[in-house]
Amino acid sequence: MSENAKLPPLPTGTFATRAITWSKKNLFDGWFNTILTLGSIAFLMWLIPPIVEWAIVNATLSPTIEGCAEATGACWGFVNANLRLILFGTYPFDEQWRPLLAMILLMGIICGSLGAVKYPSFRKAIIPMWVIGVPIIAILMWGGVFGLTYVQNSYWGGLPLTLILSSIGVIFAFPFGLLLALGRQSHMPAIKTVSVVYIEVIRGVPLITVLFMASVMFPLFLPDGVTIDKLLRAQIGIILFTAAYLAEVFRGGLQAVPRGQFEAGDSLALSYWQSMRLIILPQALRLVIPPTVNSFISMFKDTTLVVIIGLFDFLGTVKLALRSDPAWTKYYVEGYAFAAAIFFLICFSMAKYSAYLEKELRKGERR
Amino acid sequence: MTVATETTTGAVPPPSKEDVIVVNKMNKWYGNFHVLQDIDLSVRKGERIVVCGPSGSGKSTLIRTMNRLETYQSGEIYVDGILLGDDVKNIEAVRREVCMVFQHFNLFPHMTVLENLTLAPIWVRKMPKKEATELAMHYLERVRIAEQALKYPGQLSGGQQQRVAIARSLCMQPKIMLFDEPTSALDPEMVKEVLDVMVELAKEGMTMLCVTHEMGFAKEVADRVIFMDAGQIVEMAGPHEFFDNPKSDRTKLFLSQILSH
Repeated sequence: MSENAKLPPLPTGTFATRAITWSKKNLFDGWFNTILTLGSIAFLMWLIPPIVEWAIVNATLSPTIEGCAEATGACWGFVNANLRLILFGTYPFDEQWRPLLAMILLMGIICGSLGAVKYPSFRKAIIPMWVIGVPIIAILMWGGVFGLTYVQNSYWGGLPLTLILSSIGVIFAFPFGLLLALGRQSHMPAIKTVSVVYIEVIRGVPLITVLFMASVMFPLFLPDGVTIDKLLRAQIGIILFTAAYLAEVFRGGLQAVPRGQFEAGDSLALSYWQSMRLIILPQALRLVIPPTVNSFISMFKDTTLVVIIGLFDFLGTVKLALRSDPAWTKYYVEGYAFAAAIFFLICFSMAKYSAYLEKELRKGERR
Repeated sequence: MTVATETTTGAVPPPSKEDVIVVNKMNKWYGNFHVLQDIDLSVRKGERIVVCGPSGSGKSTLIRTMNRLETYQSGEIYVDGILLGDDVKNIEAVRREVCMVFQHFNLFPHMTVLENLTLAPIWVRKMPKKEATELAMHYLERVRIAEQALKYPGQLSGGQQQRVAIARSLCMQPKIMLFDEPTSALDPEMVKEVLDVMVELAKEGMTMLCVTHEMGFAKEVADRVIFMDAGQIVEMAGPHEFFDNPKSDRTKLFLSQILSH
């Protein structure tokens, strides 16, 4: 094949010759790219083998401290031995099937809702699913009825707690953020001012502060005898915090919808709320899918901060397990690697779903 | 209105039952900029009015005040006997009877053509979906685009989109239609298909106010032509008189500029 051929050569020849052609074009295209390719290969060869050796080849699953001491690689035995503590925290050991079931149910509802978004006929099922599902989850977690023993929510922990805090956080922060975004654009000065002040104040402080306020200061303002549960306070803190960020994301979307769309709605005599719901928001929200999911991923990871007010989320239970026996403490790398892998899996799924949703919603509208 | 009085503004007829729009000494400012100055105008039922003038003369702003897309600071506008002021109920009542076709179509890109058309009848007129669909198909056939009903606006040409926009307005079965430079954003070969639809509408007796530079359209269907400049109505006359015997120098200059090719 001539180098000067006008047309790109057709993919002919054996696999080997095609592979050579491909790599010439994509990997060794000029001296600079050749250096980059060789450099990258060298870097990966330096990086990958030791990790594989540590994490797989020399690793052990043996759930005893002795077994781990013998291995030269990773001690996954730490995770193996403490799995139930890491997953469910201090939830009573014999009742841990309940948070497991609740977690599976919650994941089912979430996946069901996300899948249904694409199909208008299934969208009607989303709200009933949550209305029925959430009480069942609550009964499973708290118990106290149907012969289930009562479990105070200060014993909740681990992955179910993380998932509950974040999904309830999304469900309430989304509409609240939307109202704040609309409020910020309102022509009514009082509503506008309240929205702007709220957004700017909450955005201006760290989540830890909001959680501390919710945990320590908020009860001081309540009349004597009235107490709000610690978990609920943390949940409210997360919702209030996330809503402020979402509000700014949504405002970006609202501003990106052309003025003509508002005018068309007005000239057809649609009311403000009709215009918003039918014309503006469907377009605005679609535009901001990537930053919205970004906020949710952020929030999901931020739920780990509830540990500072004494709740043991998934990362907190890993720490708990590390401290459960001084002999395990030195295997913190394995513990955090496991937590990181689970967090990554969930966050990456969210990112993938957002990409899928964007693609699905644009189908048919593109020319 | 020193300039306007020395030209033929035409004596403002007293408001009567026949007048569907009455504009009375209306003024509008953007900050210090006096966009509309002492506008007096009445439009009879079934009348076709073409508004022209150089860009920035306030012609679009004028027709946009008639469905309250623009506010005004003094004077009054009555549409179909309803005072168009700050009262939200009145604004909604007027908008049910007055529809606007925009320069950039402003179709809803996330809905099919059919959904664009049935939206307002279903939500504003509370029409059952089936009936709204029949109505929409009827008007889509009238603008000769029924076969595109299930496509999205982005899949249509500019001329087709503008015809859909006209059909969308017609689905509200309005008493008055406002056209804000409906052909200005179109490629030249698509102007005719939109004007044809507008001519048909005019011949059926729709009350129309149309901001346009299509002087052929003005000659063919207009009952009156209004020439605006610098926020004032400079000249208002029947099309023959307007084109053959303009009174004001500004009108003459404008006509010589746009008719010179």
